[in-house]
Amino acid sequence: MPVFDSVTDPASPASAVSTAAVIEIPASASCFEIEGLSLAYGDTPALENLTLRVPRQRVTAFIGPSGCGKTTLLRALNRLHDLNDEVRRQGHIHLEGQEIHAPEVEVAELRRRVGMVFQTPNPFPMSIYENVAFGLRLQAPLKKRQRDEMIEWALRSAALWDEVKDRLHDSAWSLSGGQQQRLVIARTLAVEPEVLLLDEPASALDPISTLKIEELIRSLKSRLTLILVTHNMQQAARVSDYTAFLHAGELVEYAATDALFTNPRLAQTENYITGRMV
Amino acid sequence: MDITSETHSQHISKQFNHELEELKTHLMAMGGMVERQVQEAVSALLDGDSRLAERVRDNDKAVNDLQLKIDDECTRVLARRQPAASDLRLVLAVIRATSDLERIGDEASKIARNALALIEAGNGAKGFVEVRHISEHVRKMVRDALTAFARFDIDLALKVVHEDDAVDSEYTSAMRSLMTFMMEDPRSISSVLSVMWILRALERIGDHADNLAEYVIYLVKGLDIRHIDPDELDEDALKR
Repeated sequence: MPVFDSVTDPASPASAVSTAAVIEIPASASCFEIEGLSLAYGDTPALENLTLRVPRQRVTAFIGPSGCGKTTLLRALNRLHDLNDEVRRQGHIHLEGQEIHAPEVEVAELRRRVGMVFQTPNPFPMSIYENVAFGLRLQAPLKKRQRDEMIEWALRSAALWDEVKDRLHDSAWSLSGGQQQRLVIARTLAVEPEVLLLDEPASALDPISTLKIEELIRSLKSRLTLILVTHNMQQAARVSDYTAFLHAGELVEYAATDALFTNPRLAQTENYITGRMV
Repeated sequence: MDITSETHSQHISKQFNHELEELKTHLMAMGGMVERQVQEAVSALLDGDSRLAERVRDNDKAVNDLQLKIDDECTRVLARRQPAASDLRLVLAVIRATSDLERIGDEASKIARNALALIEAGNGAKGFVEVRHISEHVRKMVRDALTAFARFDIDLALKVVHEDDAVDSEYTSAMRSLMTFMMEDPRSISSVLSVMWILRALERIGDHADNLAEYVIYLVKGLDIRHIDPDELDEDALKR
């Protein structure tokens, strides 16, 4: 449920863009603090001077038309752009107060803390058990019993345990699309992340599997911060506590989801969520 | 943000534009129908026209049917379109407005029934001046509220909200003078009571018009002012 309802005055210098309506999340309740973030692929700008805070243990949705930069922003949060030499970045991203680009930050550890789930389920070509064990094996060695417990816990957390407990050693490919996506989430949860980034996690799934994923997102927010990129506005409205609307690389409006979907402050947001010509 | 009737019809889906437009058109038709019911009920009383009174009484079913039809359309839009923001507010405002219009229709038929009783009794015209006066006032409120709805006009809606206080005080003073009539001439009690019921119905119509105006403010501004005293409204903020 939204707990912060003060919105900065659009005219106040505190807001990142003079015309944006951005909710002020207290620093103490924030997981990510993004400050003046700009990002370009070569000469093509993708994000322009974004400033926002993502609240801890809440679901925050990024919405906006294709090419608005929402996925770029999501990928910036666990430094997936590091793999692309063309990407140029300015500005800061703090995770729990620490700049994620600081030299002492290890990318592998950052990605353990900030897990990511993609649009298409991508289980590894191995058994269900081994998929979830994969990340654990990269960490400190565990006794088999401890590992089994962790795997059961991760699969239960991903609401998949009851469906797979009798066939843990079957190939992950034998699962349905929705089950595969929950397996991927279990694999991410097994290494106990603080944040889960979800990039269109249900867009390739049927409605029932979609609802299971949404239910899962809801149940996970008691211990994780979840950030969701989605094209499905009803999905953003259903599962998120806060919604950020991006357009052409800029943050247009960021507000409690209840407010944004019933009474957005800006015409641009209104036009987008109601399907009008922008 | 504020919406206007122009921006409201710019959905990419022309069919959706059409569906929302139909909702408004049907609401206006229902509004026109109940306003005529009120006008004819009062005319029937003032002119002693019992056939007109019967017609108003019998016409209430048509108003009820229209409410069901519009509610049904709203349900379909909600189910099929999952509207958001101002579209959602429009559908909710229409649902609420049909319920108030239907009750205005009920009040009109109440007036018609009391008019019939008065015409049959053949009793004098005590309180008719007040009835005429208040009925003109509340009919204008209903008309203005509907116009405000059609045009997304906040100023007109606020005017209606304030009018309701005037109607309430006119009603109170009319009741007081009718009470005096009853005390002076106990034989008039039964007919004066009928006139009082009519005044009461008119006063209720004013309340419903006030509700309609409040829905306009909800529709345009997203603010629910239903339980706020009109004198405490921050109108400058609403007009901004």
